[in-house]
Amino acid sequence: MDQSYLSKADVLLAVRGLTKIFGSLKACDSIDLTIGKGEIHALLGENGAGKSTLVKMLFGSLEPASGEIYWKGDQVRIASPGQARQIGIGMVFQHFSLFEALTAAENIALSIDDDTPIMKIAERARSLSKAYGLPLDPFSHVGDLSVGERQRIEIIRCLLQEPELIILDEPTSVLTPQEADRLFETLERLKGEGKSILYISHRLEEVKRICDRATVLRHGKVVGHCDPRQETAASLARMMVGLEVKNVVREAPATDAGRQPLLLIENLNRKPATPFSVPLRDISVSVHAGEVLGIAGVAGNGQGEFFEAVSGETLQDKADIVCVSGKGVGRQGISQRRLKGAAFVPEERLGHGAAPAMKLSENLLLSRYRTDAKEYLGAAGTIRTGRIAAAARRIVDMMDVRKSAEDPEASALSGGNLQKFIIGRELDREPKVMVVNQPTWGVDAGAAARIRQALIDLARSGSAVLVISQDLDELFEISDSIAVMHDGRLSQPIPIGEATFEKIGLLMGGADDAHPPRPFEETL
Amino acid sequence: MRIELVKRPQQSALFSALSPFIAFGLTIATGAILFAALGKDPLETLYFYFIDPLTETWSLHELAIKAAPLILIAVGLSVCFLSSNWNIGAEGQFIMGAIAGSILPVVFPDFQFWFVLPLMLLMGIAGGAAYAAIPAILKVRFNTNEILSSLMLVYVAQLFLDWLVRGPWRNPAGFNFPETRSFHEYARLPEIWAESGRAHYGFAFALIAALILWFVLSRTLKGFEIKLIGQSPRAGRFAGFSAGRMVIFAFVISGAMAGLAGISEVSGAIGQLRPSISPGYGFTAIIVAFLGRLNPLGIVAAGLVLALTYLGGEAAQISVGLSDKVVRAFQGSILFFVLACDTLIHYRIRLVRPNTAPAEAANV
Repeated sequence: MDQSYLSKADVLLAVRGLTKIFGSLKACDSIDLTIGKGEIHALLGENGAGKSTLVKMLFGSLEPASGEIYWKGDQVRIASPGQARQIGIGMVFQHFSLFEALTAAENIALSIDDDTPIMKIAERARSLSKAYGLPLDPFSHVGDLSVGERQRIEIIRCLLQEPELIILDEPTSVLTPQEADRLFETLERLKGEGKSILYISHRLEEVKRICDRATVLRHGKVVGHCDPRQETAASLARMMVGLEVKNVVREAPATDAGRQPLLLIENLNRKPATPFSVPLRDISVSVHAGEVLGIAGVAGNGQGEFFEAVSGETLQDKADIVCVSGKGVGRQGISQRRLKGAAFVPEERLGHGAAPAMKLSENLLLSRYRTDAKEYLGAAGTIRTGRIAAAARRIVDMMDVRKSAEDPEASALSGGNLQKFIIGRELDREPKVMVVNQPTWGVDAGAAARIRQALIDLARSGSAVLVISQDLDELFEISDSIAVMHDGRLSQPIPIGEATFEKIGLLMGGADDAHPPRPFEETL
Repeated sequence: MRIELVKRPQQSALFSALSPFIAFGLTIATGAILFAALGKDPLETLYFYFIDPLTETWSLHELAIKAAPLILIAVGLSVCFLSSNWNIGAEGQFIMGAIAGSILPVVFPDFQFWFVLPLMLLMGIAGGAAYAAIPAILKVRFNTNEILSSLMLVYVAQLFLDWLVRGPWRNPAGFNFPETRSFHEYARLPEIWAESGRAHYGFAFALIAALILWFVLSRTLKGFEIKLIGQSPRAGRFAGFSAGRMVIFAFVISGAMAGLAGISEVSGAIGQLRPSISPGYGFTAIIVAFLGRLNPLGIVAAGLVLALTYLGGEAAQISVGLSDKVVRAFQGSILFFVLACDTLIHYRIRLVRPNTAPAEAANV
């Protein structure tokens, strides 16, 4: 047991043998965890390791099957989030639960149980935001705020309850490096006041930087407690993944000046489709044969809108705004663009890239019924199920997709395996142009390495690959040059040799487009 | 003690097969209690409901007559519901199909050739399809709610029919009764086995339509498109299918089927237009479609079962004196139980004892 370093009086929360079972899956298998007063404790693990399940049990939104929770030495049963808040546990979720049409103060008021007047809440929020260096105007509408600012609302909302333990679920996944730095300062300040923080992440560098202790989960079990500052990123990764992750091999691209741009986008504009979506402003970019172009950016800066415009899910006014293999396809839909040699992988796997309740073979047909019509369709539009099943098997073998049945429904696969299948479905066509949005989001390290390698190999075989990603490490690993999307604009691509985290980070924060900073940030 | 529904990792094949039978059993039990509470002998009532109609040839013919419109409409509706288009207005499309198909024999009674009947059928199909296109176009163009618009158009169609048969289309030789002139013999849909009973070719149309749509839905790209758009519209758009065109397609197909059912009913079973030509086939067909799990072959079976409850309901009204309202409530309970039992396909039931940890009261 790792309690030795804490005296009994210093223990804030202790968990013994906590277990949660979903069907036949043990999401959490007799977890032990001890959090001391005034420490930042990291909960490390890959996607699906059981971090979220554990945290939900601590916050009262899931009921454990067995095991005990001790709060300051007394056994407690946390039956609801309200109860958790009452005893002093607060949580900041990864996906914010904010109403975009309301102001920050109104959103905070909604989560407070008594009916404190809104002006009073705004006042307290303002003083908290000053005290902790979290600039926020309580009367701004959430819809107008950046993701970082929205997170501040969640944190202030949590602080208003005066919790002793704050749980943060992947807080930096939506932040620029600079915004993350700011968050870390706030966390240090909270720690200085004796508050404890449970910090969930799979980013090893930041865990090493700010956390005092770490508990590592793998497949629902605790595989180790450690001091992250004593470990290397590689040793932490080994604990998380259980084996060495293979490095991606990237050779320099051929530098042939006469290369053709296979994907050419010129002056792409798009009005916002809903009041809260981002307009695209004058985006021009080209991707050449043999090249991987990365597009970095904080989530919600127009990446989704950009992907839809390039894929042809929304059309452009003029044909030559988007050119695939030299042909203007701006006024043609996604099927026509596929016929010109383009392939697309959207961000959301279930419900966009694949239909959850359909089998893998049917999901293969989904994106290829036009390009491979001769192969997959018979007379009068009948479906040749045998050939499609064979092709699905080929893709499963090629990408090493692990599945539980011969031809399971897409929703039965884990995120990583489904993503491997979806990427494989497009690679199998040997596309000339490949556009991928968040290729490894929520995918385990092994599958992610495989997907990245496949994208590089595709480019080196003479295709143009455009990768949109929030994961800077990933972009630096696979891209030949990186452009940054901010507020619907795209920066000039920076060749990988000249790109640094700092440079890209500044662009992600909007340094490029000369936005005046928001006035209230100045006053704080 | 608390009851929890736990999602099954895969849908249960056992309960897919068992669920209709469990539902039927529960319906029977509910019916028996209901009938007993009304002071009727439950066994006798159930006998008249489910057994008696199957004992004679003529009543089997009646079964086919009742089942034909239900199956035809429900098969069309399955295309709508599979693609997530909620067409509740099949009753109106049925009536409009009947009206459009009746133009020839009612307005041009002297136009008597062999091709009148095929023309009437085509006009009935076109009438139903055109009427269904109204809510579809409203949905695509103005994003209106098709549930409301299609339902409201039912009342428009019913009142339009009422006005026609009392006004301009009233039989001049009909002693002011609200009905059109009887169709001439070229306008009548013939009977299948005239010697043994009244069942007309509408039943054959229903079976053919069910077979064709079963093939389309299960074996062709069009069927794939219908199901994909219904299940995940964004994936459908990503596949390059147009959701707007699918709305029109689904409504037109189901309207055409309802229209064919309507003209078959008046040219086959009734022989003229009256203020009321349907005992709610268009609404019952919604039940039939879901009872048949939106599978055209399942719909054939479900249509026969529902038709049986219609006949049985009439028989029970006559022989045991059950009220018309009770009959409808009983019919409704079938759908209720079928939908409830289908939950078991995706979920299993677990009884949970509350966690009685001693710390229940501890400092919370």
